[in-house]
Amino acid sequence: MTTAPVLSLNNIHKAFGGVVAIQDFSLELFPGEIVALVGDNGAGKSTLIAIVSGLHRPNSGEILLDGETVSLSDASSARSRGIEVVYQDLALANDQPVYMNMFLGRELTRKPLGLLDKARMRSETQTMLDQLDVHIPSARSKVRDLSGGQRQGVAIARATHWASKLILLDEPTAALGVAETAKVEEIVASLKERNLAILIVSHSLDQVFRLSDRICVLRRGEQIGVRSTPETDKNEIVSMITGVHA
Amino acid sequence: MEAVLSRIKRLDLQRSVIYFGFLAIFLFFAATLHNDGFLTTRNLTNIVLQTAPATIMAIGLVFALSAGEIDLSFGSIVAVSALAAAVAMQNGPMVFGVVAGLGAGVLIGAFNGVLVAYLRLPSFLVTLATLGLFAGIARSMTDLRSIPVINDAFTGFFGSGKLLGVPSLVIWTGAAVAIGHVLYRYSRFGAHVLAVGDNARAAQVSGIKVPRIRLLVLTLCGATAGLAGLLYAGRLQAAKYTLGESDLMTVIAAVIVGGTALNGGKGSIIGALLGSLMMGMLNNGLILMGLKVSDQMIVRGVIILVAVAVSLRDTRR
Repeated sequence: MTTAPVLSLNNIHKAFGGVVAIQDFSLELFPGEIVALVGDNGAGKSTLIAIVSGLHRPNSGEILLDGETVSLSDASSARSRGIEVVYQDLALANDQPVYMNMFLGRELTRKPLGLLDKARMRSETQTMLDQLDVHIPSARSKVRDLSGGQRQGVAIARATHWASKLILLDEPTAALGVAETAKVEEIVASLKERNLAILIVSHSLDQVFRLSDRICVLRRGEQIGVRSTPETDKNEIVSMITGVHA
Repeated sequence: MEAVLSRIKRLDLQRSVIYFGFLAIFLFFAATLHNDGFLTTRNLTNIVLQTAPATIMAIGLVFALSAGEIDLSFGSIVAVSALAAAVAMQNGPMVFGVVAGLGAGVLIGAFNGVLVAYLRLPSFLVTLATLGLFAGIARSMTDLRSIPVINDAFTGFFGSGKLLGVPSLVIWTGAAVAIGHVLYRYSRFGAHVLAVGDNARAAQVSGIKVPRIRLLVLTLCGATAGLAGLLYAGRLQAAKYTLGESDLMTVIAAVIVGGTALNGGKGSIIGALLGSLMMGMLNNGLILMGLKVSDQMIVRGVIILVAVAVSLRDTRR
């Protein structure tokens, strides 16, 4: 690739007490590509997501954003640098309307009193949802009244609205049915056109092969390898995940 | 058409219960007590005057409950604030009383808030403890004595005074409700309060400073209780340790009946106002009906039970 990486992780090492969660992990993410992070339970995927989203700090190694070394000390510092996370539990406030969730913690206000600009938040929410082809009854709907797929759509739309560089997706379809999964995958695939880098954690290898450009395999904190999706197959990835050669 | 339908749907039952309940109780007393003076302007004004402190405390409690916290200590804060104000004005001007009363409320609220927000103690237990603690302090402040408030400026401003013919307590109520409503519905602070009560983790990963919100809502509760203390002291022209003692049930009932969820994320300031006025009508009507104090308590308890049960049926999911 000729473009520069958005995110570079160099020799990341993270241990909790004596337990090594991630060792010597290096990965580069380029704009407009989807990289899947796969591995068994306890392989270190969540730890890695937490490091990139600023919730954990690595013990050693460096994180570069657009070639610049950064220290992600908390979720806000990652967000302010254009990294958005779609958490597995979606981090939505269920009794609040969709538009307030879209702007959670970053509400738009209006001069001179600094009161909420609800009309603008609603219309921007609607625009965002339309662009990503997420259908909900209204921007005023409460999250509680949406289906699982609609909620996931809202969470992804929120991340897309605020991300300038990178979106982390943690098991985006784990709780969804077949039709909703297909819809969410369609949305995720469309994000490539926005020139964002996407790191997706998924247990579904079928999904990983449908969506990703590259696949990065972790096993017990160790980086087993990175493969270009068109140049590998499920057997290879499964044997990399399990360590058993077919 | 669809927009209209969704609009009607959004006015869901839990919000409207209070409007129906309020109207039902009003019509009931209007019908049965029209010969006993229930409908006179004077009596209706009186209800608003009597409920002013409870309404103002209810506003603070809406914020606390919406953030997923509760304050049980406001009754004791009322007494300490009123006494502090009365004592401060014995040898000083009105401003001493205002600063002492509001200051006491804010400080006690902040004390609750620090324990809840930064030590992560449950607000239910913290404020239950401080309810007792400050009830004791209120008693020891003046050796159970009542302190008269003879500062005319103060009793006018917080009690019997009028502005353009409108009683000051009505103005206090209106101002507190208006400010509370705007803060709750149209400010970032209000949005953050609701987010914290709805899903604290989501609020936190969205960059909202969750402990700060918890501290602020409990401090606000203390401040509204402090103001309520000043209003009691102004209206009664005296302060005593018993002030606010019986408000706990009334205020909590007013807030819950008014459509605020017990477990956070949802509430209404206007609902709390109507809830508080409903409690006031109930007190007033039962007295006019000539019920004995013991019977009043029983009837009021039953009605509150029914009202709370109906409101919670729709807010609890």
